[in-house]
Amino acid sequence: MLAPENPAFWPLTLIVFLPALVAAVLSLPIVPKAREEAIRWITLATTAVVFLLSLWMAVPQLFGAVGPGQFVVGEAGMQNVVKLPWIDSFGIEYLLGVDGISMPLVVLTTFLSMLAAAASWPISKHVKAYHVLFLLLETGMLGVFVSLDFFLFYVFWEVMLLPMYFLIGVWGGPRREYAAIKFFLYTLLGSVLMLIAILMLYFTSDVRLLSDDQLIATHVVHPATAVDEIASIRSAEGAVHTFNLMALAAVGQLPNSPFASTTVWLDMSLETWAFLLLLIGFVIKVPVVPVHTWLPDAHVEAPTPISMILAGVLLKLGGYGILRICYPICPGAGLSLAWLVCGVGVVSMVYGAFAALAQTDFKRMVAYSSVSHMGYVMLGLGVWSAVAGQEYRWDFWAQGVNGAMFQMLAHGISSAGMFFMVGVLYDRVHHRNLQEFGGIFGKMPVYSGLAAAVFFAGLGLPGLCGFIGEVLVTLSSWNYSPVLAVISAFTVILTAAYILWAIQRVYLGAEYRGPHEEALTPITSRELSIATPLVFLAIVFGVAPQSLFQYVTPSVNRQVATLAEWTRDVHDGARKMVVADAAGADEKPQPAASLTDLVTAKSGGSEPWRANAL
Amino acid sequence: MHPALNIGTLLSELFTETVDISLPRFRPELCLVLTIILLLLCRMLPLLRRLDSGLIAFGGVCFAAWYAYVDFMGLGGLPGEAILGTAGGRQELFGGLLVFDAFTAFLRMVLTGFLLLYVLLTKLSGIPDREDGADFYSLVLGSSLGMCLMASANHLLMVFMAVEMASVPSYALAGMLKGRPASSEAALKYAVYGAGAAGVMLYGISLIAGLLGTLQLPAVSTELARVISAGSTSGSAMVLCLGGLMLAVGLAFKLSAVPFHFWCPDVFEGAAAEVGAFLSVASKAAAVALLVRVAFAFSVPAGLAESGVVATATALAESRHFVVYTIGLLAAVTCTFGNLAAYGQTNMKRLLAYSTIAHAGYLMMAVAAAVAMSVSTPAGARDAITAVAFYLATYLFMNLGAFGIVALLRNRLRSEEIAAYAGLIRTSPGIVVAMAVVLVSLIGLPPLAGFVAKFLVFSSLVDAIIAGAERPLMLALLVIGGFNTVISLFYYLRVLKVMTFEPLPEDRVAEPFPLVSLSGALVTGLVVPVVILGVFWSGLYAAAQLAGVIAS
Repeated sequence: MLAPENPAFWPLTLIVFLPALVAAVLSLPIVPKAREEAIRWITLATTAVVFLLSLWMAVPQLFGAVGPGQFVVGEAGMQNVVKLPWIDSFGIEYLLGVDGISMPLVVLTTFLSMLAAAASWPISKHVKAYHVLFLLLETGMLGVFVSLDFFLFYVFWEVMLLPMYFLIGVWGGPRREYAAIKFFLYTLLGSVLMLIAILMLYFTSDVRLLSDDQLIATHVVHPATAVDEIASIRSAEGAVHTFNLMALAAVGQLPNSPFASTTVWLDMSLETWAFLLLLIGFVIKVPVVPVHTWLPDAHVEAPTPISMILAGVLLKLGGYGILRICYPICPGAGLSLAWLVCGVGVVSMVYGAFAALAQTDFKRMVAYSSVSHMGYVMLGLGVWSAVAGQEYRWDFWAQGVNGAMFQMLAHGISSAGMFFMVGVLYDRVHHRNLQEFGGIFGKMPVYSGLAAAVFFAGLGLPGLCGFIGEVLVTLSSWNYSPVLAVISAFTVILTAAYILWAIQRVYLGAEYRGPHEEALTPITSRELSIATPLVFLAIVFGVAPQSLFQYVTPSVNRQVATLAEWTRDVHDGARKMVVADAAGADEKPQPAASLTDLVTAKSGGSEPWRANAL
Repeated sequence: MHPALNIGTLLSELFTETVDISLPRFRPELCLVLTIILLLLCRMLPLLRRLDSGLIAFGGVCFAAWYAYVDFMGLGGLPGEAILGTAGGRQELFGGLLVFDAFTAFLRMVLTGFLLLYVLLTKLSGIPDREDGADFYSLVLGSSLGMCLMASANHLLMVFMAVEMASVPSYALAGMLKGRPASSEAALKYAVYGAGAAGVMLYGISLIAGLLGTLQLPAVSTELARVISAGSTSGSAMVLCLGGLMLAVGLAFKLSAVPFHFWCPDVFEGAAAEVGAFLSVASKAAAVALLVRVAFAFSVPAGLAESGVVATATALAESRHFVVYTIGLLAAVTCTFGNLAAYGQTNMKRLLAYSTIAHAGYLMMAVAAAVAMSVSTPAGARDAITAVAFYLATYLFMNLGAFGIVALLRNRLRSEEIAAYAGLIRTSPGIVVAMAVVLVSLIGLPPLAGFVAKFLVFSSLVDAIIAGAERPLMLALLVIGGFNTVISLFYYLRVLKVMTFEPLPEDRVAEPFPLVSLSGALVTGLVVPVVILGVFWSGLYAAAQLAGVIAS
């Protein structure tokens, strides 16, 4: 699939690398440092172009009929796959693609990056370096979402670290150095564990175990040259390792998966170890209690635009990684450790909410609300209800995962909005002490209205985006564990408490009690142009969740159905056979309905997720 | 009289062997020797004394590098294509004292390539001055000659001579800054330590020689297997272990492995940064190569691919276990200690000294993995040796870049303390970016070459774990390696933090470092490969794979 022949090559490549390219040009000595305004505009233009490109891909209707290289809404599988050889010795490829899970996250990233670039105008220190690092960060984030090669994924994952370290460390608040190194250290620890897991999976994987159809479906071989490539794979003497995420998932879901049958240490299978190591790497990013402590520091010290990126995009990388990598590749461990994922989710949910209640720093309160909200994501991802007792009904689980995906996207909008709203105030009065605010409504009415909308979205008020995800997750978890469902429902009250209390202390009240009262000027048009789209989207997604679900659901349902089928046929099927053999009976487990039947029957006509959800 | 005992025939055979086989494979070393002689001659003749010794050295090194390149390319056409046999085009030279194979060729290419850049760096950084030039370059080239011999040693006597040949000029180099007491102190420490280590190593070699009756490295494994399978008495096993460990002391000294590392920080701090660059890159590369040769000789039967070595391979299992554990434990301790000790340093050269100690640890991990897999999974062992070769090649650029920047900054700031770099980004952003690339690559973050090197080392460890070769040790090494990567973050980032976060000192008088200059071009030339090799590493990997063939 040579570059010019593949219509998806340039859109995807430009989306990922255009920011880095502009960053490289900006960093050249010929660009004068003093032209700060020009540098800001170039950065904003770049992020806008990338946003339009991603929009062109994701919403083709806006640009006419669906053409080649654009995203077909409603299709579950991986689309617009770009596959070029990179390092032949390790089979590492430049393998990009999007599906219903990654496409919305890509658009969210490009959108928030654009808004954050606009929010970067008040940055006056080392403007050139700031924007170079900002654009590099955008490349890293987008690269993670579109990579389908594990090595490439890891490279992008790490590329984000250094720009973020400097963005917090140079442009941050008073304790910036501490916050920056803490962020770097936590994430690097997770990354190293992830690298170990990647290597373990790579060296155990063997694409020869896959059928010819699977080899084509997982893009291990290119359809045009499939015959030759498959022949060379089949004739290979030793195992043919792969970094291809789709192929790794296919290998991991085989009945004779080498991941499950290899024991590494302490009598635990490689699958379990890989799942745990990857999970730790991802949950540090999410973050969940007890590895969340970098987040409040990083958020509080980071400048406003970087807080928006941190909360809006970086936290989603963890959830995305769990959904895209942990579960499909290590289903056995995912099933047996579902309690762990759900448990840490609920613990962070409750802990984050209580911690948010206790804060006096406005930004820190918003940071802890992120910990609490991301707990819902973990719970939704983890509710593996397709077990024997449930007759392998996967619709509850699909509901939970869909809810988690929606929660991630909604939280991307609402948390970025909340951080921006805090930043607007901080730019004026230079403090964030909740006790010293009050009466903002009277001085900045437009701003306060928008802020209230954003905070209500974070609260999960019906009709705003925060509601849908939380309610879907809570409902689905009932089927998994009523206790967890009750706790997560109860947490909504806590959320309401800290957000309403904050609104009361900051925006309501008779008078402003802090310093710099004279600086409380009405919202500027630049700030308004950042806040309005966020509020608008918070309402749109709250009223018409279908606008997001039409992307997310087909892909999520397909993955959940596949894994449910795997639970029935591979996981329990094998056990049933063992039991049956032991009993001496010649009853064999029911022959499995094929995956396609399952998906069409369950999601084709009746769309059970919607029936259950709304 | 038997014809073979005819002295004339013997001499003519020796002559033919030397001229037809050995010398053509010895061209890079010969170039170095001729350059040294030329340098010394020029010094003696008043007319030629005006010639710039740096230019002579550069010319000679160019020839050496060219021949090293030709030799390597001659092995398999383009790297990655036809690999010559399984033995990597192995040829014994000079009656078996040296061996020429792909590993030798690769290492010589790394060493001579390093020398090329190194001579350029020293010309630009101004150490040595005109007066010392001839001395300095003849010492450097002489030491490099010893390192080339270390990489190709095939005989334990040669091992000792090569190590000495590489070390003795280094002692003098460490004392090059004659006016500075610290420099003389460093040289003395280095010499005393080196002499001690060499003595212990020679003693170990004599013990081994006495017990095995051979010094020829390929014959060592056979003899060792014979001694082991003969049900050796506990006495001989004791002596063997002792001999092996004493030999390891000498190697560990060259590798600056803990606990034989004490000279390293002092020498690096006392000597000029240029000398540090030489010791940390060239000396380390040669020492690792020698470690690979010796470790394989003591644990892998020669000619593994041939039939009839199964018995030897089984008999050697015990000694292989011993070698793997020795190297593995040294690696773990070295890596951890290096990274922990680097944390408290305030002098940049001292920090880099501990950093090289830590990197020796990562390199030894891959060597341990290679030895562990050498018999059970030769393909994995080959990949591990490939990782070592790749690591050394990328380490060249990273560390030469780091020391080069330290040297060039020293000329402007008159200091090598980390604190002196405060706020450097305000005046010289180019050099700070270059330093950032080099240091981040040393941490091992993508997309830089250091990441790929570390990735390959870790992948060889995982390969060994999956293959079940010495699994507990390999698991421990993997965990320790990962943990070390995380803690190394602190001290490398601290340098960057000082350079970028901290305010410019009021009394800084130095002029900014222009990137558009000869030194700027050299720094760029060192840093750009670090980025390129981090993204497009297929070519170098294929070349390193050729070197890895010795393990199968």
